[in-house]
Amino acid sequence: MKKNTPTLNRRGFLKVAGAAGIAATAPLFFIKGAYAEDQKFRNDPGKGKTVKLGFNVPQTGAYADEGADELRAFKLAVKHLNGEGDGGMMNTFKPSSLKGTGILGKKVEFVTGDTQTKSDAARGSAKRMIEKDGVLMVSGGSSSGVAIAVQGLCQEMGVMFMAGLTHSNDTTGKDKRRYGFRHFFNAKMSGAALGPVLEKEMGKERKAYHLTADYTWGWTQEESIKETTEGLGWKTTKTVKTPVGAGDFSQYITPILNSGADVLILNHYGKDMINSLTQAVQFGLRDKQVNGKTFEIIVPLYSRLMAQGAGKNMQGILGTTNWNWALKDEGSKAFVKSFGKEFGHPPSQAAHTCYVQTLLYANACEMAGSFYPPEVIKKMEGFKFDGMGNGATEYRAEDHQCFKDVLVVRGNDKPKSQFDLLEIVQEVPRSQVEYDAKIFGGDLGPYKV
Amino acid sequence: MTNFLKSNGVVMLIFATVVLTAPIWLAPIGASYPDLLQKFAIFGIFAIGFNILFGLTGYLSFGHATFLGVGSYTAVWAFKLLSMNVIPAILLGTAMSGVFALAIGYLSLQRSGIYFSILTLAFAQMSYSLAYSVLTPITNGETGLQLSQQDPRIIDGLFGVPVEAGLPSTHLFNISMSGLSGFYFCAVILIIAFYVSLKIFRSPFGLKLRAIKSNQTRMKYTGFNTRPYLLSSFVISGMYAGLAGSLMAVTDPLAGAERMQWTASGEVVLMTILGGAGTLVGPLLGATLIKYFENIFSALNLSELHKIFDGLPDTLENIVVAIINPFVGEGWHLMLGALFMIIVIFLPGGIMEGVSRAFKWIKRILGFDKKQPVVTSNVTPKGEEK
Repeated sequence: MKKNTPTLNRRGFLKVAGAAGIAATAPLFFIKGAYAEDQKFRNDPGKGKTVKLGFNVPQTGAYADEGADELRAFKLAVKHLNGEGDGGMMNTFKPSSLKGTGILGKKVEFVTGDTQTKSDAARGSAKRMIEKDGVLMVSGGSSSGVAIAVQGLCQEMGVMFMAGLTHSNDTTGKDKRRYGFRHFFNAKMSGAALGPVLEKEMGKERKAYHLTADYTWGWTQEESIKETTEGLGWKTTKTVKTPVGAGDFSQYITPILNSGADVLILNHYGKDMINSLTQAVQFGLRDKQVNGKTFEIIVPLYSRLMAQGAGKNMQGILGTTNWNWALKDEGSKAFVKSFGKEFGHPPSQAAHTCYVQTLLYANACEMAGSFYPPEVIKKMEGFKFDGMGNGATEYRAEDHQCFKDVLVVRGNDKPKSQFDLLEIVQEVPRSQVEYDAKIFGGDLGPYKV
Repeated sequence: MTNFLKSNGVVMLIFATVVLTAPIWLAPIGASYPDLLQKFAIFGIFAIGFNILFGLTGYLSFGHATFLGVGSYTAVWAFKLLSMNVIPAILLGTAMSGVFALAIGYLSLQRSGIYFSILTLAFAQMSYSLAYSVLTPITNGETGLQLSQQDPRIIDGLFGVPVEAGLPSTHLFNISMSGLSGFYFCAVILIIAFYVSLKIFRSPFGLKLRAIKSNQTRMKYTGFNTRPYLLSSFVISGMYAGLAGSLMAVTDPLAGAERMQWTASGEVVLMTILGGAGTLVGPLLGATLIKYFENIFSALNLSELHKIFDGLPDTLENIVVAIINPFVGEGWHLMLGALFMIIVIFLPGGIMEGVSRAFKWIKRILGFDKKQPVVTSNVTPKGEEK
């Protein structure tokens, strides 16, 4: 470089650029202050004719099947809210303020995003929905890690989050948020529901070996199931954490054969569960006799989509589920009929919970007569309803967790159709799975952000 | 024109104007929302830093996401332990990744060419596994490291910052770091980072790095010990990555192990090659393009496509939509792959080669061509691996 441009100029320029940046920022700072005032809130639809909801589901990765089904349910819910189609559970839901004219007279639109089952990507796409598309509510999930990450973001941004499939205790436990709500059940409730059935079928003297997906859901499920089984008098031989999306689980399954355990508890979900269960069966675990007992496998969180993937290997295996399409109540029947007509197959539990969540959000807005989140949240807290497929249900105000009956199911030995894969062993009443909201700690945080 | 661009001041002025006005000129293509703008700036810094190593010395590192992750984790820990002000987080994040880069660089640079790449990849995979499962107490594994209400935040405590009801948010002396202000903050840092890179490109140090790329053996024979130059360029680019990583934590205080995965390392290589390795602004262009694809194209669905092509006659509209549909939404990787192939095959120098070819073409058309000798691109299409 022969000619050196004066350094001062450049520095001066940088200073100006910096100052410009800060100056451009200042107005935003004031807007932020104004935002808390009165009833101003992010993405207020105002006098617009439409409202937008954001559906953030895994479209790639280990939970993609669940994500695809969730998306179908969201689309169906939007259709029903707008008064199209046969209305599904809108006809059985009570007490309902829904009118079939959108939400508060505004037509419902939606945007979708791919969480890729990664916290970063999920927050990225949720931010896009909130900042660019202006959504009023984000829903979806299918991984607790993602749900917790997005729920935290929604609290910061002041946008409601209606969790989809997330089963970790932390979602409404230590990581609960004022703006987040979960209709799905959790690991604690799975454990409480499974306990008596396990005792009846497998006795009090068992040795359990856990394979656990290495993230918040796996951890809390392992903890809750362990608590239950140890309460029955079972021993826990070993707990092994496996990475999510591992694909090949043989290295984790071989050691089980000689561990002396006679029960394998698979804290896996989605494609991971299909793979680990298939491999466990291939390794001959279920044909083994250990300690004079037949070796058993338990899958605490079951879903029909997984049963479909695992095929015959699933037969006779016990687990719990939030909802099943074979339920005979009016709400379930209406939903299955309407979903089947639209997509040609019955809905999964993931689809069910997402559909219900969307309706519940719309209903709370109608009840509040506004989209202002603090008011909507207050209507949702402690809301009691029925006719959504799980019997009488309550959104507990203390932790935003729904309480309802839990299904204990078993892989069907003689399926009558390709969808008839789960046989309902018991409908465990709500009272048996209830627990004190304080046991997990955590803090909901403020109504206004 | 060319002489004009030789002045650092002019380059910086143009660059700063373009960057700071990004929210305005990106609006028509739907990319003007804070989160994406922040990503443009952050990954721009990442790619510019990577280019200092790959573009100048030709050493292809496949493990740069490690430093991105280290920067993020350090920054989140700084938020947890020290203060919600972003200054300590950024300084510590950059410094910590510098330390990692020094260690990994020292070991990896024992070899060159493909062996160097494999070594960096191995280190990156090791760090990823550490973050993902072994060091769970520090990194919180798959769930990702997050802030909590109970964090000590010593410095904030000393200054008597009141503890709010909700989670605290990051700030620069009370300027919020989310939203547009977050973007402007990242943009100012991007401008500074670009200026440093410009200085390196146009300094004797940069010249030596380029000499390493063109013929390291000859350089050694003339009496230069190339190792210290390589190591410092590795550390500098590692610190750029750390800076980018800590900015990611600044705009969104969460750090997950997937940031360190090999796909993230591969992404920055793609960005650099797509834009034009060894050029000043190329990597930034590549980063912007890839992030744009990832965020906008991946979100397009059938109904939105129909809206875009609404003006066409119905049958034509359906045909066009049917052709484009597999390439957007879930299939955006396909589009990116196709684009990458086209660029590597026809424009080995990346987008920047395309730009300079276009300039020459325009000059020729307009008759401004002063019969200059044809300037070949910095990047040789083949045999750049030594």
